[in-house]
Amino acid sequence: MSQTIFTLKQRPDVPLEAEVLTPDVVASLSHGEVASLPLFMGKRQFRVDDFFEVNGSGTDNLVFHGDCGRVKWIGRAMSHGRITFSSHAGMHLGAYMKGGIIKVGGDASDWVGGEMSGGLIHIHGHAGGQTGAAYRGSMKGMKGGTILIEGSAGIELGMRMRRGLIAVRGPVRDFAGLQMKGGTILLMSGAEIRTGAWMVRGTIISLKPLKMMPTFSAGCVYNPNFLRLYTKSLAEHGFTTPVDAWHGVYRRYTGDTSVPGKGEILVWSGPAH
Amino acid sequence: MLRITGGKVYDPANGVNGVIRDVCIQDGRIVADVEAGRTINATGMVVFPGGVDVHTHVAGAALNFARAMIPEDHLHSEPFVRTAIRRGGISGATPTTYVTGYLYGGLGYTTVNEAAVPILSARHTHEELRDTPIVDKSTCVLMANNEILLDQLEAGETERARHFLAWCVGAAKAYGVKAVNPGGVTAWKWGKDANTLYELVPGYNKITPAGIIQSLARIVDDLGLPHPLHLHCNNLGVPGNYATTLETLKLVESNRAHIAHIQYHAYGGNDWTTMRSESTRIADYFNAHPNLTADAGAVLFGNTVTITADGPWQHLLYKLTGRKWGNIDVENETGCGVVPYVYKEKNLVNAIQWAVGLEMLLLISDPWRMSLTTDHPNGAAFWRYPEIIELLMNADFRREQIKKLPPKVLERIILPELTREYTLYEIAIITSAGPARSLGLRQKGHLGIGADADVAVFNDIKEARKMFAYPRYVIKGGEVVIEEGEVRKTVEGHSLLTQPFHDPKIADFIRPLFQQYYTMSFDNYPVEMERLEHPDVQPCTQANS
Repeated sequence: MSQTIFTLKQRPDVPLEAEVLTPDVVASLSHGEVASLPLFMGKRQFRVDDFFEVNGSGTDNLVFHGDCGRVKWIGRAMSHGRITFSSHAGMHLGAYMKGGIIKVGGDASDWVGGEMSGGLIHIHGHAGGQTGAAYRGSMKGMKGGTILIEGSAGIELGMRMRRGLIAVRGPVRDFAGLQMKGGTILLMSGAEIRTGAWMVRGTIISLKPLKMMPTFSAGCVYNPNFLRLYTKSLAEHGFTTPVDAWHGVYRRYTGDTSVPGKGEILVWSGPAH
Repeated sequence: MLRITGGKVYDPANGVNGVIRDVCIQDGRIVADVEAGRTINATGMVVFPGGVDVHTHVAGAALNFARAMIPEDHLHSEPFVRTAIRRGGISGATPTTYVTGYLYGGLGYTTVNEAAVPILSARHTHEELRDTPIVDKSTCVLMANNEILLDQLEAGETERARHFLAWCVGAAKAYGVKAVNPGGVTAWKWGKDANTLYELVPGYNKITPAGIIQSLARIVDDLGLPHPLHLHCNNLGVPGNYATTLETLKLVESNRAHIAHIQYHAYGGNDWTTMRSESTRIADYFNAHPNLTADAGAVLFGNTVTITADGPWQHLLYKLTGRKWGNIDVENETGCGVVPYVYKEKNLVNAIQWAVGLEMLLLISDPWRMSLTTDHPNGAAFWRYPEIIELLMNADFRREQIKKLPPKVLERIILPELTREYTLYEIAIITSAGPARSLGLRQKGHLGIGADADVAVFNDIKEARKMFAYPRYVIKGGEVVIEEGEVRKTVEGHSLLTQPFHDPKIADFIRPLFQQYYTMSFDNYPVEMERLEHPDVQPCTQANS
């Protein structure tokens, strides 16, 4: 499969804004055109080849080598194609993404998949804060698509998300599912405090005990059937879950009653008998 | 010196309807002829007097508050990158100051009236207007809930009330007087509203909204201000409010009045589920009463933010949307509310509002008395005016748009029955000549000899949306500011104001009240003339009385 390969020459000191680096923009351009696309560092304008060595062209399959932890907005609003990072990715990765696949070998920074509506982002390292979240002031976070994180995630995971799925294997910090309006969050190693604060709808599933807020009330203990479908679908993306998780029983909490909301938090409470 | 030649000229104030003739400019004025200088060949184009916006919100504390409240809008707004000529900024529902000037200029508008300024934030407003290039600016000062004024009316001191109001206009360096929900904003400070015109305003024993409206309209006429009382009626936005609006119009029968954003005041029904258009009743009354002028306050679907001094209404709107709400209490003068809002095509209420705006524009038969506005940013951002012009000029396009509305809206509106199509001549009236006349600006809105050389030149094409969105040339004060869709030069606009006569002794009366009631000292209160950019005092018809 042909690829357009971007090799970072040197990790920039000041973050680089690279919203042009998406399959939608790059696919139809010649090598020379890709190399001359604009990047911004602060208010100064540069060219792609000032920072990247570019190999190949004419594909919607982009590969990034080198530590791109200070390169922001890659894959912004992409609708198709594939982006692969061999190392780290910077802030706002796949923001407003509509389709396609992003895979990150290392870590990703804050605002992964901000307000995305479709597609898949799979991060093999850790993710920063505000993954799949709504931008400040905005009513809705991610509206569709899937974000899979093998490592840990920061604060405000899925803040105001409306649809879609976020699954995190590692620990998650405060305010997971803050003001959530729909969609599903799977926490495989639990989360710190205030999980589901202000949630109105949607589902948070935790395989580890959670420190519940007092504004959530326990409903029942049961085995949700839909989890089997979810785990099968996740396995297709290479994101495995323990067998106990889908056969287990869960304690169901509803809230956040302070809003008041009808969201649910399902906390694994042991394997099925 | 500049000559615009070969263009079809629309100059309604001088009865010129699409005649090919030259427009000549010298020293910032229209002249009969010029001997040298640049010639713009406007063959295949139309020539309009520069646009005049009679009611908009482009500067001041409330607008800044709104800007701060909607970061999500800024994120998606068109950026204006700084160039050698132009400063940076963003567009959107509440464009930044400089960009406001570029965008108005970019539509062929050269004069705007900032319609709601509390005196307490007048200095800030003028600072922002100073940074709003290309357009000339006037302001209306909020008086209908000013407690010092209401105290005078309560005490029957009408003479003193008049001197006080005149002093306030002078202190705010304002051009006209605005009344917003008379009595209602005062009531809001007691957690109430003024829903009927004849109930007492809380805290007072004699004053009713009706009394305030009549007194203010009379005072404004007595002072001979060029612009009549700029009136935002009670019960804005509420189903069934047409009755209040009609009652209000009857109250000002023997005076002049400008009814702001009349669309928001022409609803029938008892609640949100039974709401319907009552534009016919309002238009019928309006058409028969030449003392009135109005602006549309039309609504377009999409994201915006609502800003008004009408605090109680904004609280109601917040309760309806469940979104963000900002409320400002402006001491003894007025209030303010800010609520971000989305007008949705599929929402019954929003669809009715959209239709009523167009109905009012189509049903009011005299275009001279009806100006095009969206009550920016309340109904839609001003830079969307060309979309409304297309809806007015093209009945087929209108029908296509009506088809997108929820079907059950059709029995609540009369828009599908209206076949009127605006002509270019009428568009020139509602965007320029009419509002200039309503504001009483004799040197604006026309291309007669001696007029300010504010001219917009558009391509003569069928699609009004494109035609009016991208003028070929815009000339402000004789300078070519927009050319081929780009800002070529940024000139500073004038500040239009009036200084109505007041008894100088009124200051002795006001000073102790400030000591007692205001957080600001009396001497710091009036805006100094030096704060204004190019102040341009307009005459009142009665210099003293």
